[in-house]
Amino acid sequence: MLYREAGDFKTTYKEDNQTFPIKFDRYRYYFVLIVAFLIIPFWINDYWANAIFLPFLIYSIAAIGLNILVGYCGQVSLGTGGFMAVGAYAMYKLMTAFPDVSVMIHVLLAGVITACVGVLFGLPSLRIKGFYLAVATLAAQFFLVWIFNRVPWFYNYSASGQINAPERTFFGVPVTGANAESWATYLFCLIILTVCGIVARNLTRGSIGRKWMAIRDMDIAAEIIGVNPLSAKLSAFAISSFFIGISGALFFGVYLGAVEVGEAFGINKSFLVLFMIIIGGLGSIFGSFAGAAFLVLLPVLLKNLFVAGLGWQPDLATHLEFMIVGGLIILFLVVEPHGIAQLWRLAKEKLRLWPFPY
Amino acid sequence: MLDSQVTQTTADGRKIGGVMMEMKNITLRFGGVVAIKDISFDILEGEIRAIIGPNGAGKSSMLNVISGFYHPQDGEVWFHGEKRPAVKPYEVARQGIARTFQNIALFEGMTVLDNVMTGRLTQMKSGVFQQALWWGAAEREELENREICEKVIDFLEIQSIRKTPVARLPYGLKKRVELARALASEPKLLLLDEPMAGMNVEEKEDMSRFILDVNDEFGTTIALIEHDMGVVMDLSDRVVVMDYGRKIGDGTPDEVRNNQDVIDAYLGVSHD
Amino acid sequence: MPEQLIFGMEVFLNGLMAGVLYALVALGFVLIYKASGIFNYAQGVMALFSAMTLVGMMNGQVPFSHLINAVFGTDIHHFGWHLPAFIGILLTMAIMVLLAWLVQKIIFKHLVNQEPIILFMATIGLAYFMEGFGDLMWGGEIKKLDVGIPQGINLWIDEATYNIFNYGFFIDNLDIFATIVAAILVLALVAFSQYTKQGRAMRAVADDHQAALSVGVSLNFIWVMVWSLAGFVALVAGIMWGTKSGVQFSLSLIALKALPVLMLGGFTSIPGAIVGGLIIGVGEKMFEFLVGPMIGGATENWFAYVLALLFLVFRPQGLFGEKIIERV
Repeated sequence: MLYREAGDFKTTYKEDNQTFPIKFDRYRYYFVLIVAFLIIPFWINDYWANAIFLPFLIYSIAAIGLNILVGYCGQVSLGTGGFMAVGAYAMYKLMTAFPDVSVMIHVLLAGVITACVGVLFGLPSLRIKGFYLAVATLAAQFFLVWIFNRVPWFYNYSASGQINAPERTFFGVPVTGANAESWATYLFCLIILTVCGIVARNLTRGSIGRKWMAIRDMDIAAEIIGVNPLSAKLSAFAISSFFIGISGALFFGVYLGAVEVGEAFGINKSFLVLFMIIIGGLGSIFGSFAGAAFLVLLPVLLKNLFVAGLGWQPDLATHLEFMIVGGLIILFLVVEPHGIAQLWRLAKEKLRLWPFPY
Repeated sequence: MLDSQVTQTTADGRKIGGVMMEMKNITLRFGGVVAIKDISFDILEGEIRAIIGPNGAGKSSMLNVISGFYHPQDGEVWFHGEKRPAVKPYEVARQGIARTFQNIALFEGMTVLDNVMTGRLTQMKSGVFQQALWWGAAEREELENREICEKVIDFLEIQSIRKTPVARLPYGLKKRVELARALASEPKLLLLDEPMAGMNVEEKEDMSRFILDVNDEFGTTIALIEHDMGVVMDLSDRVVVMDYGRKIGDGTPDEVRNNQDVIDAYLGVSHD
Repeated sequence: MPEQLIFGMEVFLNGLMAGVLYALVALGFVLIYKASGIFNYAQGVMALFSAMTLVGMMNGQVPFSHLINAVFGTDIHHFGWHLPAFIGILLTMAIMVLLAWLVQKIIFKHLVNQEPIILFMATIGLAYFMEGFGDLMWGGEIKKLDVGIPQGINLWIDEATYNIFNYGFFIDNLDIFATIVAAILVLALVAFSQYTKQGRAMRAVADDHQAALSVGVSLNFIWVMVWSLAGFVALVAGIMWGTKSGVQFSLSLIALKALPVLMLGGFTSIPGAIVGGLIIGVGEKMFEFLVGPMIGGATENWFAYVLALLFLVFRPQGLFGEKIIERV
């Protein structure tokens, strides 16, 4: 009754192609945008920004990126951490080498640089498939982390090997460095995420998205009907790495401010983002958001429940977190391999008919 | 086909032209196994050419050679009067050759409409940046191609399932969707690998009607592999018969039906 | 003989030993993959878990003591007894079999027809789960494991090589012991898979599930058996590595190292796992020895993967794997 589509007929292909064909969905989307842009910035504080919103926004970008590669194009990658590192270090070098250029340009360039690196490490995908490719991407992961540790040029020869983000402003407001306020960092990331989300949605519903999915579903048939597998796979690596690089740049520049590459961008990061897209839903933009939200909120909830609430030691909460995440991955794979996105879709389908069961 | 190119007209009024594709002395080996031994035949523009033979004769391999998936160790493929170099399958598709597969090769993660739209991929030219922006060139191209696909969907009468994920469709409908995908690319040459396999009489009649309509309305040249003799005799203009990788017959259905070699190797008892 | 060459020989021998230990972990993967097509990412965590359980058993630790203490406010840690290594190993083995049975029943029975990548991701989930579970059960701090394996530099070799080369090779007794154990294990596994009824059934399942079912092989039994065997191999690997560097989290990372081993040797070949392990072990150590000093050291972090990657580009099925033929 509430969630109606009866009488809502589409008379042109353009209408049929909409992202949110059902009016209710569209209004919900606008509502979320209004809250996100106009309400939250006035209310947000440091705790909420650092614990929840910033990681959510930034990981969503990474999840969208990885979902393009894994969920839409079917190329499994365990190198996400390494590519985020590329974005972070590119951002650092650009910020320190060109202090007068706008920080937004730095973020975008960091994405472009990561895209190039992504294409390079994506070349083996032409010969190697499935697991083998996953393991090959581990080469990228470990090699990249090593190189950022060992080659001093990357961390500007600093003694500690750590990189620190200098203060930069966007339209006069500091968004990096110690003086950046939470509403500014939040909005900065939100703007970037919104643009990334729209771009990703456009790419995945067009011909390039179909090429990716064709390669994913049956790459030999795809080639026979005219898809060039080389360009399809490399474009997936490039665009995916672009998003992941941006996410890494923001993770370093805006969120943490200082990183040590082994800790921040190790293999656990790769698994984290992979889990986000599995739980959220492979091949779904919405799923990328859902998975990021889930895996950002879960540890916060657990810590609040067990440590603050019950007074247990933090490491107990961490152990339980591992168990819950692992268990959920298995649960989702067994019960709903298409993740939260599919559960959401099914719920909406039921709602369309509610309260009539048939 | 221009009137000047027509070389003959069939009994039911379809026009046939000159040589479109020619296989010259094709030999294909897989390690020690010779799948195709020195086979030559041609396909005329506008005709319906059947390739028949017992199982294992090398028919699917021949189709794979035509679509560029296998490259013969010996022999040449000539398309529209020019020798075709050893190109990749996706380049062959761009030259206007489309096909269906013996074991359905649809993209199971997508809907029917999306699958048919993949047939248009060789024609869709907008670049990454245009698509990222969407509104403008990319959207226009998408809508234009959508129209073409919808025409094909109408033609094959699958409108009601266009948003269904193909994984959920029954076998017969999947075969029709595969045909739709092939037709969407507006091919000059359509290769069908056992299009009637696993169908009952009604479904075969439907599929035969579609094949004839495709040839009649769009002028598409068709080469098909088929085991149902009734279908082959009724539909095709000319037939190539293969057995153990060799060609043992080539001519009209009547000629082939009366060819003793073919009878010995394959037909056993002649039907109807 | 020039000094570099002698050092090189020592590095080479150590590389061989390291390779044997890698191969030991890789074996567990091959077993499971052969029988069920599942690439068990959790193999490393299984090694860690089995080692932790063994230590816990031997030291008489109370399982889940932290949790119990947090919930009930108690302060218990140990039962107060100490078990001999032999009993500890038997008990741990029993637990690993139970684990194999549970994993089969709860997870993989429901994932029977899924694509390999989904199965792989399920094992990643399992790895995370087991890590948390293991830490919860026995505590996450580093533990010392001592089941009586001879350790320390082998004095006999040290003296002998000193007499020949004027330079004593430092080869650890533990490594020698591990090599012997691994060799026995490999021979036993190969013999089992070739000559026994269960081994034959396992190979049938690896080839074709449906066909094996149709000749009366119980899939569930075979899978529990295979996971138990893998659990046993994990335990042996856990004991070796645990004795060498202590039982701690980094043990589970060994699994990651096994991946390039398998890529070289092919996922379905037992001898391949051994050869792959040796190549990686020697390759890593030699590369670090020869090239490492020039480019900053610590190349062992990535060398194995890059080597495997290069290898795969030229031979996608590995050294011993079956050639992948694509058909349409």
